[in-house]
Amino acid sequence: MQKTYYDPADLRKFGKITEWSEELGNKFFDYYGKVFEEGALTAREKSLIALAVAHTEQCPYCIDAYSKDGLQRGITKEEMMEAIHVGAAIKSGATLVHGVQMMNKINKLDG
Amino acid sequence: MATKSLKKQGSDLAKSNKQLEILSNGIFQNGELPTFKNKISESNQFPLKAKTLEILQVNVGYMCNQVCEHCHVDAGPDRKEIMTQETMQQILDVIKTTGAHTLDLTGGAPEMNPNFRWFVEEASKIGIKDFIVRSNLTIIRANKKYYDLPDFFKKHNIHVVSSMPHWTRGKTDKQRGEGVFDMSIKALQELNAVGYGMPDSNLKLDLVYNPSGAFLPGDQAAMEKDFKKALMEDFGIQFHNLFAITNLPIARFLDYLIASENYEDYMYALVEAYNPNAVKNVMCTNTLSISWDGYLFDCDFNQMLELPVNSKAKHISEYNEELLEGRNIVISQHCYGCTAGAGSSCQGSVA
Ligand code: SF4
Ligand code: SF4
Repeated sequence: MQKTYYDPADLRKFGKITEWSEELGNKFFDYYGKVFEEGALTAREKSLIALAVAHTEQCPYCIDAYSKDGLQRGITKEEMMEAIHVGAAIKSGATLVHGVQMMNKINKLDG
Repeated sequence: MATKSLKKQGSDLAKSNKQLEILSNGIFQNGELPTFKNKISESNQFPLKAKTLEILQVNVGYMCNQVCEHCHVDAGPDRKEIMTQETMQQILDVIKTTGAHTLDLTGGAPEMNPNFRWFVEEASKIGIKDFIVRSNLTIIRANKKYYDLPDFFKKHNIHVVSSMPHWTRGKTDKQRGEGVFDMSIKALQELNAVGYGMPDSNLKLDLVYNPSGAFLPGDQAAMEKDFKKALMEDFGIQFHNLFAITNLPIARFLDYLIASENYEDYMYALVEAYNPNAVKNVMCTNTLSISWDGYLFDCDFNQMLELPVNSKAKHISEYNEELLEGRNIVISQHCYGCTAGAGSSCQGSVA
């Protein structure tokens, strides 16, 4: 197989990051586990948020993990795609809203 | 969706030794993953021992009106294996002598066995506590001669357990065939209409959820909530419990895993989700599975892999409680499917 920077099999090794820094690694995984527990938001809602963020962060590992997680929770592909559009809308909105800064700068320099 | 059984297609995977070869070699033989035997040995649970018999699961034949993509039985309209009345009589004789409180009829579509009604009538006279029929639902709508099944079930106080892959049409039809969703919904409404599945009703209607692809089932309680909400809102349907079941890598599901290049990842996922606490409650410890021709197995999966019970009594005609109790259960890598996550049995999670 062609070598690439990302190897899907590396996702299975994620837990191993604690080996080189046990305390911080464990703290991260404790925190991570806690975040995804059922709370004011359902675990289902959190899974959809994670999927959307995985896309805006463009992390292939997280995309694989939360696509599968969504399926396991019975979330439909239509729901997952809608979540990604929410992420995409925020991401493009965030890009575009900085256009106001550009306009301010242009107006100041070249009014 | 498949249209023919693997057997009819002449597929290599229709042979149990071929399936066992795939399951035992590769990632298990080269040591990437521990064998199930090694894994349960870590917590001193090998050998797995049979406890007192509580559940008799009877597979009355592999004939089915559906050809679901993931069928572990490789059932379908082209399968002709059918239990005879004589074998059924032998089973009835045994039930009278055992303390088994649950009789669980499965298939194929058990209703397609020509002696099905006779067997239910005779068996219900014996006074079993929980008399289960695993109905695929569509059979109730398949043909006029089955239309009265809801009433027939009611008359004999049958506990109906039915598969439903999802509350949406797309996912259900993908796994079980075009039109299955609509027919299943109609069948559930008819079961509801005679009183099945109502909150206070003694007519038990449970659904089985197994994933439509190469992933494990999510939390059973959460899935039940989502199923109940969707089926109620969309179709006014009620049912009692949802059992979440993991697909075991045998027969057509194994074929699917290999063809879709998901086999290794799936086995990794099963091993990663291995839960030692689920081992003590795997269903083989209190169940005996009987094949259409009367042979005894630890479970329906071992039956499909042709792994007979490890006992001198191999056939229902030789049934002997002393010989069977405490026997070592026959295991292989497919058993990881029963011990992943919250565990999986015919009654859903076990841990
Ligand atoms: S899964 Fe059930 S309904 Fe589907 S083909 Fe197999 S026995 Fe028939
Ligand atoms: S596959 Fe059968 S023998 Fe193996 S653990 Fe499950 S029930 Fe027991």
